Amino acid sequence: MSGHSIALTAHKDYEGSKLGIWLFLITEITLFGGMFLLYSIYRSEYPQDFHHAAAELNTLVGTINTLILLTSSLTMALSIAATHHGNRKLALIMLAITVLCGAGFMVNKYFEWGAKFHHHIYPGSEFLLAHPKGEILFFGLYFVMTGVHGIHVLVGMVLLTVMFLKVLKQPNAKVAFVAGHGLGEIEGCRMAFVDAHDKVVWKGDEVDGTVERIDVKTKFWPVKKRFKVADFNQLENSGLYWHIVDIIWIFLFPLFYLIT
Amino acid sequence: MSDHEHEEHAHEPAGYGMYFLTWFSLLVLTAITVTAAGMHFGSMSVVVALFIALVKASIVLWLFMHLKYEGTLFHRLIWVVIFAMVVFIGLTFTDTLFR
Repeated sequence: MSGHSIALTAHKDYEGSKLGIWLFLITEITLFGGMFLLYSIYRSEYPQDFHHAAAELNTLVGTINTLILLTSSLTMALSIAATHHGNRKLALIMLAITVLCGAGFMVNKYFEWGAKFHHHIYPGSEFLLAHPKGEILFFGLYFVMTGVHGIHVLVGMVLLTVMFLKVLKQPNAKVAFVAGHGLGEIEGCRMAFVDAHDKVVWKGDEVDGTVERIDVKTKFWPVKKRFKVADFNQLENSGLYWHIVDIIWIFLFPLFYLIT
Repeated sequence: MSDHEHEEHAHEPAGYGMYFLTWFSLLVLTAITVTAAGMHFGSMSVVVALFIALVKASIVLWLFMHLKYEGTLFHRLIWVVIFAMVVFIGLTFTDTLFR
């Protein structure tokens, strides 16, 4: 090589991006906070109706979904911990399980909502409108809040799938050595890579007159002790989002399923 | 490489065991809240359910979301949110309860 080497490293603001995602999560908390406020006011106004309406919901399905989301939070945290320990394979496996848990949650939600629709319980249905006011409000809040939460789970699944692909493809750094000078000297030769014992490990095509330059591109996968947490910054931020979705469900679950 | 490197390794990575323990405590709390809901505490049941939910949320925030390892800025941010939510809910109820 002719001594020209360019190290391609991008500037990353680890703390700044984490702060940014936390600020976003705060807007999420206030979004759901507003809906929880609405819920608590109507609940205090119609305690009996909320009580009866909640009996319609399947506590078992709600409990299973709680367990699924809690487990997905565990695998999410384990995935990030795996990157901290330099174990990319484990990080990928845990990430895949997290997305699958999200899918399981959504499948449960599909059947749960499906059963409600089957019993003619959906916003604006004549069957529901014949019920007391508080029950209509309860189901309105139920569909909106679990619906918005479900959308968040879907978004999280897409986000984590993207992260999976990113971690899968990610070599830690790419450095390109570009040789453009002195090509005349090696014209008519073939380039080869040799190991420490001069044994040829790779041999290229002939460098003829048409070759203007040779790019030697190398990729580096970090070993455990060199792993940088900041390189998995996006994965961590996605994880924070996934956990906040879990936290929202932690509040939705008792308020809708356990007040019978 | 850069002088950020030390900051990035500011805390030792937590072991996997801690996360399993966190998960297990969340499962136990879920079991408690489901059981408590079946025991009919009357008006207290909401208080119990919300208290357990708050404990669970705090555990997720502190351990899964690594607030334990974050600096004061992040901790203050959370307190600001909690304060804001208390004000929103409190002020709204002073209106609806005394109409």
